[in-house]
Amino acid sequence: AHTGPVTTLKRVDVHVEGIVQGVGFRPFVYSLANRLGLAGRVHNDVNGVHIEIEGAHAGVEAFLTALERDAPALSAIERVTVVSGEPAGHHGFTIATSDPGGPRRALVPADTATCDDCLRELADPADRRHRHPFINCTNCGPRLTIVRGVPYDRHLTTMAPFGLCPDCAREYHDPGDRRYHAQPTCCPACGPRLVLRDARGTELCGDPIACAATLLRAGRVVAVKGLGGYHLAVTASDERAAATLRGRKHREEKPFAVMAADLAQARRLADIDDTAAALLTGRARPIVLLPRRDGPLPVASSVAPGSRLLGLMLPYTALHHLLLAEVAEPIVLTSGNVSDEPIAHEDGDALTRLSGIADAFLTHDRAIHLRADDSVVRPLPGGITVLRRARGYAPEPLALRRPVPRPVLACGAQLDNTFCLAYGRRAFVSQHIGDLGNHDTLRSFVEGIDHYCHLLDLRPEIVAHDPHPGHPATRHALEIAGVDHVAVQHHHAHIASCLADNGDPGPVIGVAFDGLGHGPDGTLWGGEFLRADLTGYERLAHLAPVPMPGGAAAVRQPWRMTAAYLRDDHPGLDVAARNAAHWAAALTAAHAPLTSSAARLFDAVAALLGIRDTITYDGQAALELEQRADPAETGAYPAALTTTGGPLVVEGGDLVRAAAADLAAGTDPAVIAGRFHNGVAAAITRTCVEVRHDTGLTAVALSGGLFHNALLLDRTVQRLRAAGFRVLTHVRVPPGDGGISLGQAAVAAALDGR
Amino acid sequence: LGHGSGGQLMAELLADLTPRLGAGALEDAAIVATGAPEVVMSTDGFVVTPRFFPGGDIGSLAVHGTVNDLAMRGAVPVALSLAYIVEEGLPLDELRRVTASVARAAQACDVRVVTGDTKVVGRGAADGLYVTTTGIGVRLPGAHVAAAGGRPGDAVLLSGPIGLHGVTVLSTREGLGFDSELTSDSRPLHRLTAAMIAAGSCGVHALRDPTRGGLASALNELAAASGVGVELEEPAVPVPAQVAAACELLGLDPLHVANEGCLVAFVDAARAGTVLAAMRALPEGSAATRIGTVVAAHPGRVTMRTLVGSHRVVDMLVGEQLPRIC
Ligand SMILES: [Fe+3]
Ligand SMILES: [Mg+2]
Ligand SMILES: [Zn+2]
Ligand SMILES: [Zn+2]
Repeated sequence: AHTGPVTTLKRVDVHVEGIVQGVGFRPFVYSLANRLGLAGRVHNDVNGVHIEIEGAHAGVEAFLTALERDAPALSAIERVTVVSGEPAGHHGFTIATSDPGGPRRALVPADTATCDDCLRELADPADRRHRHPFINCTNCGPRLTIVRGVPYDRHLTTMAPFGLCPDCAREYHDPGDRRYHAQPTCCPACGPRLVLRDARGTELCGDPIACAATLLRAGRVVAVKGLGGYHLAVTASDERAAATLRGRKHREEKPFAVMAADLAQARRLADIDDTAAALLTGRARPIVLLPRRDGPLPVASSVAPGSRLLGLMLPYTALHHLLLAEVAEPIVLTSGNVSDEPIAHEDGDALTRLSGIADAFLTHDRAIHLRADDSVVRPLPGGITVLRRARGYAPEPLALRRPVPRPVLACGAQLDNTFCLAYGRRAFVSQHIGDLGNHDTLRSFVEGIDHYCHLLDLRPEIVAHDPHPGHPATRHALEIAGVDHVAVQHHHAHIASCLADNGDPGPVIGVAFDGLGHGPDGTLWGGEFLRADLTGYERLAHLAPVPMPGGAAAVRQPWRMTAAYLRDDHPGLDVAARNAAHWAAALTAAHAPLTSSAARLFDAVAALLGIRDTITYDGQAALELEQRADPAETGAYPAALTTTGGPLVVEGGDLVRAAAADLAAGTDPAVIAGRFHNGVAAAITRTCVEVRHDTGLTAVALSGGLFHNALLLDRTVQRLRAAGFRVLTHVRVPPGDGGISLGQAAVAAALDGR
Repeated sequence: LGHGSGGQLMAELLADLTPRLGAGALEDAAIVATGAPEVVMSTDGFVVTPRFFPGGDIGSLAVHGTVNDLAMRGAVPVALSLAYIVEEGLPLDELRRVTASVARAAQACDVRVVTGDTKVVGRGAADGLYVTTTGIGVRLPGAHVAAAGGRPGDAVLLSGPIGLHGVTVLSTREGLGFDSELTSDSRPLHRLTAAMIAAGSCGVHALRDPTRGGLASALNELAAASGVGVELEEPAVPVPAQVAAACELLGLDPLHVANEGCLVAFVDAARAGTVLAAMRALPEGSAATRIGTVVAAHPGRVTMRTLVGSHRVVDMLVGEQLPRIC
């Protein structure tokens, strides 16, 4: 008989928001409630997870504590709302079905690497999912890339066509099972089917994985369907295969990524410290740029020419694990596309586009709904730089310091485009979209915005974009009617991105060093020192503008920048001799827009040192200059700081001339490259000190694609700190143009909230 | 100076220049009896540095430009007016050369210069010589060409190689050393359009001469006006080797470089073969070729399948040709 006083019973309604669906949250709540002897129910609703819980006072308190403390690995709780009520007299604890009505604000999780529990089952001959390429559970597996709509339920994913077999159904409905409501769960009896096809699409017989491995070992190119798209694979040690792949893909020199079977195999290729190991084995599984090991490596020279780094990743699907084990050596795994096309992700399209490249297709019948490239990160002495934020990270929201009053869409940059949707205290930066000059990329930009708006149930009221009317993202922005448009200058967006990334309101001294962005004075900016906060900026200093002979031609041909800097002052330098035929024409070119770009300054020195006169991919010369630099070099070239009353001007030409003088004197190019990097870091620091004197600002934010250069970033941060500055660098989004959309959104939101 | 004051000297100047045009008595306006219901009219101002370049000069350009604008509406040009704005100090002999060139070009086009005007402005108020021509023409029977006329499925035809005019002028201006190998394509196109319309009748849907802004801008304009998309095949677009080399050196995209002697057309696919044959029968269309297709997908946008098989967005030129950002 029930004898205790009524007041010892407590009932609360708990609402949990954040990444709480599709991550095993309800079974976790279920087992927690059972363990504490509480009654009630839990269900997913459009905003997250709703829990009604009642029982002993102490039990309910314990429940609320454990709810946040012990939440599942993949969940990210953003807010818990607790409302007390009258006990309803629940008997036991139940999991109710999802509530499909109303606005949807629940978050879709990012794709997640196969977890250890699943890997154990994969390897266990007694398990019914032994060697099942599509094994997953609530803690791992595909997410964003298979979601067609919300709420995140199987019928709104590309797993919808695969009816659960009785065994899988039992697990799916058992709140005590690791696969309870694991939406993509399946087994060999009911899941997708792996097949190997030849280049014409004809199915090849035999074990697909074993056959694919045989082809790879025989030097063939195999297309492999991954999470966010098709990859192209060859064995990493096979020079002829790697060269064939380059030729067929029309990708001349841009490095390929390599997948190793496990950490031990990866360690044979690169030096891996604890930070790097954590990144390689983490659930996002990005490509990690790592220093190659010394000595000869089982990696073909054309995999990553001109670089001391190697982009390594570990398997993130069961299919990768099985394939890598079968091949028994590392493989090149590069995006399945021709040249600058977006990665192929639809089966028919992939077969059409890749049939001239791949000799065979290792594929399956689970559709990829959303294209997502591999993410790329680079460990640094004090943290990491995200170079490309895509699979494994998107669409995880970035928490904002200040709530965004009205929903914002930011359309991002032109070349490394991402877009961003922001509302409340969250900013959703899309996965890397790419170069909007490509038609299919532009289409995935437009469709991606619609898809994210649908998933997040947001209708933007403010649309932020670059001010330049010729910018493709701007054209799209301006086609959206019934919204407020906000134009955000490119370098202001870079600094705002760094502020938002760090949750800092500014004002700061923003150092934006990158390729090119339109300045309001009609010149091309790219070496800027701005006094900036989220609502505005003022240009305090910049690199001295120089002509870019031939405009875009100077981007493709870095020697033109050497000519622009040195003009006729090139005593016996090879760079002038090599390009003698056009040197004079470059100096008198009528089409030579002025630029203060830092990237063009790096280009000038790269060509000067004979590293590269012509590039085959964006940023190549500056990247190879960094690779060439001697990190032990401590000397620094000086650069004058001048003023004529307006912004301070940093004479970048001084650095080029000093490098030229050293080169003429026979100094080792590696030493010159080192002194140049140190010189740029010193010039940045000196300029910031000067600016601090005038403005009193003591914090510096570093942003722009040039800070993908780890040597420059490291040297600059060191010198700024030594000079007493607080230094903000990027943490969650790329310093380059992949971070522009976050900055645009932050500015638009700040202006709206003012 | 004194030529600009409208007095005796101006009269002498006009008396000197007018006979070179083969024009009759000077009137303020010309009466043109057309006898046709549809009169087509177009006007253009011409400023080009240098004024003389391989393959033409500002005078012939002024005639061809306006004649071609009329031709793109399916018209046969009938008469032109001519106006000069002359900066003080321009050698009279240069003005004579230009005028003779106008006359030669007009005669070759079978079009008369029927009225004109000359003003002289002070040093610095103009850059040497500006020329304005206005032309009228009559529309050919059966010509139903309009920028909005393109339909999905149409063939995109181009009458000849692109980039020659713009690159020739730039190369001459900057002394790049290509000038010896390059010649502007400046020439009249009204006979070509007449032949196309005769051969294709209502199947010729849209015509445009890709002058400033190049082929890219012309196609974007047509695509926008017709509410259709355009898909080009890069290997099919004829870019002369010297044009490609000069563009590489100058940092220009051949698709954005001006032409003065070629046209692009949207033609019903069923008639495209006949129209192409008719074009190739004339010297100005001897290199005519199909470069792409009008599609219903992506209205208002032009794309190009590149040599390596990727699909590039071909944008309008906005302002100067600038490098892509970041
Ligand atoms: Fe940038
Ligand atoms: Mg006109
Ligand atoms: Zn798992
Ligand atoms: Zn099953």
